[in-house]
Amino acid sequence: MIEVEGLWKAFGRQVVLRGVDLTVPAGSITVIIGRSGGGKSVLLKHLLGLLRPDAGRVRVGGVELTALRGEALDRVRRRYGVVFQGGALFDSMTCWANVAFPLREKLRLPPAEVAARVAQALEQVGLGGMGHKYPAEISGGMRKRVAIARALVTEPEIVFFDEPTTGLDPILVNTIHGLILSLHRRLGFTAVMVSHEIPEIFEIADRVAMLHDGRIVEVGPPAAIQASTNPVVRGFIRGEPEALAT
Amino acid sequence: MADAAVPPLLRPFEATGRWTLALLDALGRFAVFFGEALVAAVTPPLKVRALVDRIHYIGYRSLLIIVLTGAFTGMVLGLQLYLTLSRFGSEAFLGPAVALALIRELGPVLSALMVTGRAGSALTAELGIMRITEQIDALTVMALSPVRYLVTPSILAGLISFPLMAGIFDLVGIVGGYLVGVELLGLSYGTYFGEMQTFVRFDDLMTGFWKSVCFGVLVTWVCTYKGFHVGHGAEGVARATTQAVVLSSVLVLVWDYFMGSVLP
Repeated sequence: MIEVEGLWKAFGRQVVLRGVDLTVPAGSITVIIGRSGGGKSVLLKHLLGLLRPDAGRVRVGGVELTALRGEALDRVRRRYGVVFQGGALFDSMTCWANVAFPLREKLRLPPAEVAARVAQALEQVGLGGMGHKYPAEISGGMRKRVAIARALVTEPEIVFFDEPTTGLDPILVNTIHGLILSLHRRLGFTAVMVSHEIPEIFEIADRVAMLHDGRIVEVGPPAAIQASTNPVVRGFIRGEPEALAT
Repeated sequence: MADAAVPPLLRPFEATGRWTLALLDALGRFAVFFGEALVAAVTPPLKVRALVDRIHYIGYRSLLIIVLTGAFTGMVLGLQLYLTLSRFGSEAFLGPAVALALIRELGPVLSALMVTGRAGSALTAELGIMRITEQIDALTVMALSPVRYLVTPSILAGLISFPLMAGIFDLVGIVGGYLVGVELLGLSYGTYFGEMQTFVRFDDLMTGFWKSVCFGVLVTWVCTYKGFHVGHGAEGVARATTQAVVLSSVLVLVWDYFMGSVLP
């Protein structure tokens, strides 16, 4: 579904991605792990078309994303749902209006259908009855759940999660992960998640890819990653900084 | 090219060249940004609700400051011009002097500066915060144009609101001049308004109108651009807000001179 080939990106003299290669199979949940500041969000932004690489390419469903602009790029993006790290909810709108926004503006659905789907989406994330609140009036965990509802309400083919559980308590981390997993089973979307919630992500991921020093150093099922003999991967999973200094 | 590769004697030239290229690059991006907003303004769908909201934000919520500033500007004009004109025995021309000063210059310029400080800064800050909290990216990845939703309504609202604010400023200022000149200093009501009708022409009104239209576009263009291209974090937003207000204010004064020298 998504193929990344030889992606390079530098900001000034700082090289962040050094030839990233990654394949995300259709219908899978692929989690990208790695150190903070290691380029995971930069890689994600390339998949969203928000950044252009210095070299390499990104293909989505066989279409080369990196060569597209304008309406052609938007055609690919219409297949996306995105949950940003902070939720990125629109401050000036209620939670209900936030979730309704892509239905009204992207899909142009009639008001009755919008109302029905928004109510269902908020119920699915456990926030039925909270639609009238503004983002500033709800907790961080609730904002993440509204963001998930907004990303999934259009039933996209591909969903990107940028650190969806960062800053949340362990109970909420498991709640959010459980929510993503149940929605994935119901809707069957392809998911790409950036996270460093070790070991929780191993319970929801189909594949885990470790980004280190600008490259994917290992990719595979969770069990294979957990049993990896690669010192960088083992060190990261165990939280051993000296192993990543090599 | 790294500085180390450039001979020391040539480094000032290299730095000047780099600065010039950076300035041209920034001007180009600034122009492209306006071009995108213009295309969104003339192609459907126009975001009418967002436009009405922006008119309320930029225009209606600036009313109080416009009325206050207009009133005191008119009163100061009434006082100072009466004192000056009375030296030449020309107090009878107080009405047209106050009106012309307000309609041609002070109304458009001062109302633009007041709205820049109040609404322009808020516009930059709002868009800047939306940028750093990824709300603008959220619109982009929904395949929706952030320029169409956030910038074009603001620029159109500026185009509509600024002439209205200038008009209100002029009216209130003329009343302020009346209060000082007629009620306080004893000029006759008939002289104040009668001479005003004789000397204020339609051309003067159009000069003020076109100035305020230009100011409305300039201020909203600069403020939305600065908010859209904000740097990182709260410091980036603060810096962008300050730059937006300063640049908008300077451009208003510069463009005012240019239009004053071109228009009748």
